[in-house]
Amino acid sequence: MTEEHTEQHVDIDKHVRVYITVFVALMALTLITVGVSYLHLSKGPAIFLALLIASVKGSLVACYFMHLISEKKLIFTVLIITVIFFIAVLLGPVFTHLDDISL
Amino acid sequence: MVQVETHDQSPERSGQPAAPHGGEGHGGHGEDLSFWRKYVFSVDHKVIGIQYTITGFLFLFFGFCLMLLMRWELAHPGQPLPVIGGLLGASRMPGGVMLPEFYNQLGAMHGTIMVFLGVVPLAFGGFGNYVVPLQIGAPDMAFPRLNMMSYWVYFVGGLIMLASFFAPGGSAQSGWTSYPPLAIINPTGQTVWLIGMVFLITSSLLGSVNFITTIVQLRAPGLTWMRLPFFVWSQLVTAFLLLLAFPPLEAASVMQLMDRVGGTSFFLPSGLVVGGAVLSKVSGGGSPILWQHLFWFLAHPEVYVLILPALGIVAEIVANNTRKPLWGYKSMVYSVLAIGFLSFIVWAHHMFLTGMGTVMNTFFQTTTMIISIPSVIILTCLVLSLWGGAIRFTVPMLFALAFLPMFGIGGLTGLPLGLSAADIQLHDTYYVIGHFHYVVAPGTIFALFAGIYYWFPKATGRKMSTWLGHLHFWPSFVCMNLIFFPMFIQGLHGMQRRLWDGGASYEHAQSTLYLHELIMVAAWTMAVFQLPFVFNFFWSMWKGKKVGDNPWHATTIEWQAPSPPPHGNFAHALAVHRGPYEYSVPGAAEDFTPQTAPAGATGPGGPAGPGAEPVPAE
Amino acid sequence: MSSAIPYTVEPRPDTGLNNVKIGIWLFLASEVMLFGALFASYILLRVGAPTWPHGREYLDVPLATINTLVLISSSVTMVMAWASLMRKQFGRFRLFMGGTVLLGFVFLCIKYVEYTTKFHHHLFPSSNTFLAIYFTLTGLHALHVIGGMVVNSYLWFSGGKMWRKHPQQFTNRVEAAGLFWHFVDLVWIFLFPVLYLL
Repeated sequence: MTEEHTEQHVDIDKHVRVYITVFVALMALTLITVGVSYLHLSKGPAIFLALLIASVKGSLVACYFMHLISEKKLIFTVLIITVIFFIAVLLGPVFTHLDDISL
Repeated sequence: MVQVETHDQSPERSGQPAAPHGGEGHGGHGEDLSFWRKYVFSVDHKVIGIQYTITGFLFLFFGFCLMLLMRWELAHPGQPLPVIGGLLGASRMPGGVMLPEFYNQLGAMHGTIMVFLGVVPLAFGGFGNYVVPLQIGAPDMAFPRLNMMSYWVYFVGGLIMLASFFAPGGSAQSGWTSYPPLAIINPTGQTVWLIGMVFLITSSLLGSVNFITTIVQLRAPGLTWMRLPFFVWSQLVTAFLLLLAFPPLEAASVMQLMDRVGGTSFFLPSGLVVGGAVLSKVSGGGSPILWQHLFWFLAHPEVYVLILPALGIVAEIVANNTRKPLWGYKSMVYSVLAIGFLSFIVWAHHMFLTGMGTVMNTFFQTTTMIISIPSVIILTCLVLSLWGGAIRFTVPMLFALAFLPMFGIGGLTGLPLGLSAADIQLHDTYYVIGHFHYVVAPGTIFALFAGIYYWFPKATGRKMSTWLGHLHFWPSFVCMNLIFFPMFIQGLHGMQRRLWDGGASYEHAQSTLYLHELIMVAAWTMAVFQLPFVFNFFWSMWKGKKVGDNPWHATTIEWQAPSPPPHGNFAHALAVHRGPYEYSVPGAAEDFTPQTAPAGATGPGGPAGPGAEPVPAE
Repeated sequence: MSSAIPYTVEPRPDTGLNNVKIGIWLFLASEVMLFGALFASYILLRVGAPTWPHGREYLDVPLATINTLVLISSSVTMVMAWASLMRKQFGRFRLFMGGTVLLGFVFLCIKYVEYTTKFHHHLFPSSNTFLAIYFTLTGLHALHVIGGMVVNSYLWFSGGKMWRKHPQQFTNRVEAAGLFWHFVDLVWIFLFPVLYLL
């Protein structure tokens, strides 16, 4: 039990370094995404960039703060399935109305 | 949500299922619990399961009564209903004559109550809660307090739904589907409906988290995935459907509440004209179709929530009463997983007539046709399981056998509805009503009856009367068909749904109006023949023939527990060595070998059938 | 009360997980679908609208940027609170958890300022569909922040007792609360650009 405890301790120290790095990255990306919005890009590129940066930020939170990067297979499976259905509900409605929307 | 800490935590365990010591560790000591903690606010899955079952049945009968009133109106539009008509008051049935608004209320609430307050709480909350922990050899659900909460939230949601009848203007009256804009401009009852739905959805979510965690984590040692009874698989998939499909409806309900109460226009289009005047105080810009998408995103998986537990119950009873393993167990497992997944991408087959365009119509038509394949596989496996069996026509088996062709009719009649071209003719007609009722009524509800007769001895230590069971079954079976088959005929002739006068003033309906009388008589007759069941259920609790722990000579683990099981379920820690359906194993002393029987103990020749390997290292 | 239930604290060997961890991830999966439906509504309403305002026309971007930084910081303090428990440093746990609660409170205050400013200018959910979806999305998010704060405050106040009696179980609970809190942060990470910057 003691060896496990020490291993965990060392592990946590490594994790803490990662948390700080991720924190800095998140702050920076926030400022970047706000900065980009002031560039007044056209709709398409603006949406793409905003969502790209948000996805990177979100992935950092999920992978490192939520420990997904080292999480067990079962959790992954549940989440992958959820993501598929998330995409279905997100895009399904709008795909059924492509004829009468203005992009 | 994170559980709030309580007192009396014993030190962390090694992870083996502990032998219970007369109720120790469950909020104090079993015998010391007050009446309220033991029977009302219990955290024991069996008590909660019984609570769900009884409440579910009460709602089922109430929803049935609503339908009986509707059937009178359809057969005798505009005529006063003797006796009962006078009791319902001038706002509903002045002079005993049903108002169209009241008919619409009955319609909306019949659907809502049957689906959300009756069948699902019974099938999932009732049967699932009671049987699943026992069938996996667990002492209880993973989160007992969450379990208790999920029941009481359901109960409150149900009360709210009932209360909606007393709102000014009556209850919800825009169908169980609550389509805007109508649902938004209808009276207060709709707001109450939405609030009730939020409670019911919350209850569902709490329950589904519990079920999945329990099935994943609390299986007894040796109970590998492919040794799980099919019933547990079906409950697992059902739990996933509830977990992931309900939230969009919750979001939509919140938005509809905001439209009704907060003046928003999520679902109200610009320039909507109501009663000759443009709706002026709203911003417009909303989309009624948005509601349909979010509603059906839930409501399609919901219908699989209605059928999957039933398929699970039937599978258990068929295996038990044919004295042989289920045919194609593995195919059934993969099929139920496929159904679960596909059910999320077929929803817009309820929206074929909304102008989605041929590409999307084709997409949803295709996924709908594909999902029929695993359904047919499961039904076929169940039917093939009968071949060569030593069939025992017990009362549960009667209901289970009847389920098979009834579900077949229900499923097959769904096929034209899933084809967008044919659906043009059939959408919103009585054909649809016939289709889904065949699946839910002589389908699911028969399976639920079967389950009651089957597991009653486990819960009470007594058997229900066989004679009363027959008196319940045969007339019900006949009546079910007399009620729902004519609806296909009416629908094919073009009779629309939700017509308060039964189509009396609608040209397409004229040639089939005569069928309303037949349906009404069959419905009222069926009501009468549910009384033997109700009587049997309660009478047998005290006077039923006493039986041992395993009266059906079944193989699954729940039959290893005492009848009824005590707090904590099993007296000794269990280990599983076999698959779930080792009936008629060659060389065995009896025609059934329990899952917990040690491997190789059945004598020369060895055990046959799936899953008979020694306990894997876990 | 749950002592007879296996794997409440120790992980089950084949899944490698304890019950609470699975439970909270399942709950988060359902929350993904909840917010997914609202984002889907946003998409459908926006593409179907003849015109749609840019976020900055109605919303205070600098203030919301600060709020974003506040919430991200609270996520860091939350994970540090858990890490402190893993290092058996209860004092630092209290510090970091207290910081999380404080930052969450700051977030809510800023939200309060945002909302009241709008109401003051007669901008309500009923004013147009942009504001309707803005208030609904951020309102539901704020409700989740409040819920998380309630749990975190409870863990902060009464943590000592449980830490002394059942440290492993307490650590697991803090981890579960952390997962919820990070999820709330994650939703905001998408909400912020979608509503304010596009």
